[in-house]
Amino acid sequence: MDKPDTQALAASRWMDKFGGRGKLIQILIIAFLIMVVLPLCADIFRLNLYGKYLTYAFVAAGLVLCWGYGGILSLGQGIFFGLGGYCMAMFLKLEASSPENTAIQSTPGIPDFMDWNQLTELPWFWQPFHSFTLTLILIVAVPALFAFLIGFAMFKRRVGGVYFAIITQAIASIMTILIIGQQGYTGGINGITDLRTLMGWDIQTDFAKYVLYFACCGALLLCLLAGQFIINSRYGQLLIAMRDQEDRVRFSGYDVANIKIFVFVAASVISAIGGAFFTLQVGFMSPSFVGTVASIEMVIFCAVGGRLSLIGAAYGAFLVNLAKSSLSETFPQLWVVAMGALFIAVVMLFPRGLAGLVDDYAGPVRRWMKETFKRPQPAPAVEKKTAPPASNTSPDSAPILSAQESH
Amino acid sequence: MGGYTGEELTAIFLMQGFSGLSLFCVFLLMALGLAIIFGQMGVINMAHGEFLTLGAYITYLVSYLASDTWPFLLDYYFPVAIALAFLGTFILGYLVERFLIRFLYNRPLDTLLATWGLGLILQQIFRSVFGPREKSVVLPDWLMGSFQASDMVDIPINGVMVVALTVVMTIGVFFLLYRSRWGIKVRATTQNRAMANAAGINTEKVDRLTFALGCGIAGVAGAAFTTIASTGPTTGSLYIVDTFLVVVFGGAASLLGTVASAFGIAQSQSILSFFLSGSMAKVITLMTVVGILMFRPQGLFASKVRR
Repeated sequence: MDKPDTQALAASRWMDKFGGRGKLIQILIIAFLIMVVLPLCADIFRLNLYGKYLTYAFVAAGLVLCWGYGGILSLGQGIFFGLGGYCMAMFLKLEASSPENTAIQSTPGIPDFMDWNQLTELPWFWQPFHSFTLTLILIVAVPALFAFLIGFAMFKRRVGGVYFAIITQAIASIMTILIIGQQGYTGGINGITDLRTLMGWDIQTDFAKYVLYFACCGALLLCLLAGQFIINSRYGQLLIAMRDQEDRVRFSGYDVANIKIFVFVAASVISAIGGAFFTLQVGFMSPSFVGTVASIEMVIFCAVGGRLSLIGAAYGAFLVNLAKSSLSETFPQLWVVAMGALFIAVVMLFPRGLAGLVDDYAGPVRRWMKETFKRPQPAPAVEKKTAPPASNTSPDSAPILSAQESH
Repeated sequence: MGGYTGEELTAIFLMQGFSGLSLFCVFLLMALGLAIIFGQMGVINMAHGEFLTLGAYITYLVSYLASDTWPFLLDYYFPVAIALAFLGTFILGYLVERFLIRFLYNRPLDTLLATWGLGLILQQIFRSVFGPREKSVVLPDWLMGSFQASDMVDIPINGVMVVALTVVMTIGVFFLLYRSRWGIKVRATTQNRAMANAAGINTEKVDRLTFALGCGIAGVAGAAFTTIASTGPTTGSLYIVDTFLVVVFGGAASLLGTVASAFGIAQSQSILSFFLSGSMAKVITLMTVVGILMFRPQGLFASKVRR
C-alpha cells in the first residue's frame, strides 16, 4: 500500500513541474495532431507549409513567456526569428557555394550575391558558418547575446512597457534596413536563397521534408515542455508576481531586471530555433520575416492563441497562418481587413485568446462529462489515492515571494 | 571629411539641411499629434500614420475636384483642403476613441495592437478606394517654383510653405496645451485623473477631444505632406516607427523635446545620407537614437509626468 502511494506521489510531483497532468495531456494531444493526424491528412506539399506555420508557433510560445507571463511586450521577435534563420541560412549557403558549384563566378567559393556585389572574399562574420557545430551553437548564442544586450540595457534602467515595445520595434526596423542596405553581405531584400543541402543531404526531397517536419515538431514539443517547466518553476511564480506587482517583488529583495532579462532571452532563443527550422523547411530566409510588420504579426499569433497559454499560442500561430494562406490565396484584399479585424477583436472581445475561450467553455463540458461517465465507477479509494498528492504539492509552490533564491 | 573644401561642405550642409527640413516637417507634424495622444494620454496610436494618409487623400480629393470641376478655384483650394482634412480626421479620431480606445485606457499595450489592426483596415480601404498607385495633387501656381537665395542655393516654395505650416501648427499646439483652458483640463487629466474628475472636469470628454485633436493634426500633416510628395495607401505607415522614436526620444510629454528630436533625427539622417548611402544614414541615425535612449530612457527633455 505504501509503495504505490509514493510512486504516485513521485509521478505527480514530476508532472507538476510541467503544470500538472492536464497540461501534459494537452501537449500529448498536440503531438498527436501534428505528428500523426496532419501527416496522414496532408500531402507533402501541404505538410511542408504546415511545418512553416509551426515555426511561428515557436515565436508565439516565446511571446507567451515574455509577454503573457512577464508582461514585456516585444515587438521585435522577428529579429530573433530572423537571426536564427539567417544563421542557418548562412551555413546552408556556404555549403551551396562550394568552389566547384560556383566555378563560373569571378571569385569562386563565395555566395553568388557577394560575387554580384563585387566582394572578393568572405566577410569575417561568415567564417564561423563553415562548421555545422558552430552554426548550431550560434543559432542559439547570437540571438541570446543580442537579447541579453537589449534586455540588460533596457531593464537595468527600468525601461518597460510601452517604451520597450517601441524601442524593440525600432530595432526590428533598423535590422531590416541594415539587411536590405548591405546587399553584399546579407543578400539584400531577396535574402539568402537557393539552399539545397544540409551536410551533403538534399533537403528538397520529399523524404527530407518529412524528416525536417518531424524534427520541427519534436523541437516544438520540447520547447513547449521547457516553457511549461519555466512557468511552473519557482522562477515562473516570481515572473507572474513581477508582472502583476513589480514594485512588491522588487521590495522583496529580488532583482526585477534579471528576471526580465532571463525571460526575454529565453523567448528570443525559442524564436531563433523556430527561425532555423523555418530556413530548413522553406529553403530561404529574407528580411521580410525580420521587420516590424512580421514582428507584430507574431504578436497576434500569440494573442489569438491566448497570451497566457503556451499550448494555445501554438494553436494560434498555426490557425492564423492557415487562415492567412487560405484566405490570401482566394481573397487577398479581404485578408488584410480580416487581419486588422482580428487584431481589434482579440483585444476587445477575447483578450485571453482561444485558450481563454476553451477554458470558459471546456470547464462545464468537462464537469458534465465527469458526472455522466464517472458515476458508475465505484472507485472512491482511487480518488483518495490521487487526491493527497495534489494537496501535498500545492504548498510547495504556494509561497510566491518566499525570497529563498534571488534569481 | 573626405576631400571636400570648407566652402563645399557649407553648401552641402545647407542643401542637405534644407532637404532635411522637409523631412523634419513631416516628422514634427506627425509627432505633434502623437505627442498629444501618447504624451498626454499614454495611448499608443499605431494608426496615426493612416490618419496622415487620410488627410492627404482628402487634400487630393479636394484638389481633384478643384482642378476638374471648378478650375478657377484651383488657386484657393489649399486652405479649404487643410480645413477639410482636419475635420475628416478629427471626426474619425472622435469615433475611434468613442468605440475603440475608450475601453482600453488601462491596457496600453493592447491599444497598440488594436490600433495596428485599425491601421491595417484603413490601409486596405485606401487601397480599395484610391488604388494601390500613388496619387499626387495638382499644386496651385503660387506653390510652384522656387526662389534663388544665392547662386548655389535654390529654395522651393512648397518647401517653405510646409515649413511655415509646421511652425504655425507647432505654435498653435503649444498655445492650446499650455495657454488655454482646454489645455489646463488636458494636463490636469494627465497628471491626476481622479482629482481632475473631482474638480469638475469631464475627463471622458477631455480624452475624446484630445484624441480627436491629435488625429486632426495628423490630417493637417497629411495635407502638408501632399505638397512635397505623393500619397499611397501605406505612406503614413512608412513614418510611424520613426515618429514614435521621435516622440520617445524627445521625452514623451515635452513639446520642446519633440521639436528638438524631430530636428535632430531628420537633419542627421539627411546630412549623413550625402556621405553614406541613404539606408546606412538611417541605420546610423536610428541606432544612435536607440543607443541614447538606452542610457537616457526618459528622453532628451524629461517631463515631470507621473507614469
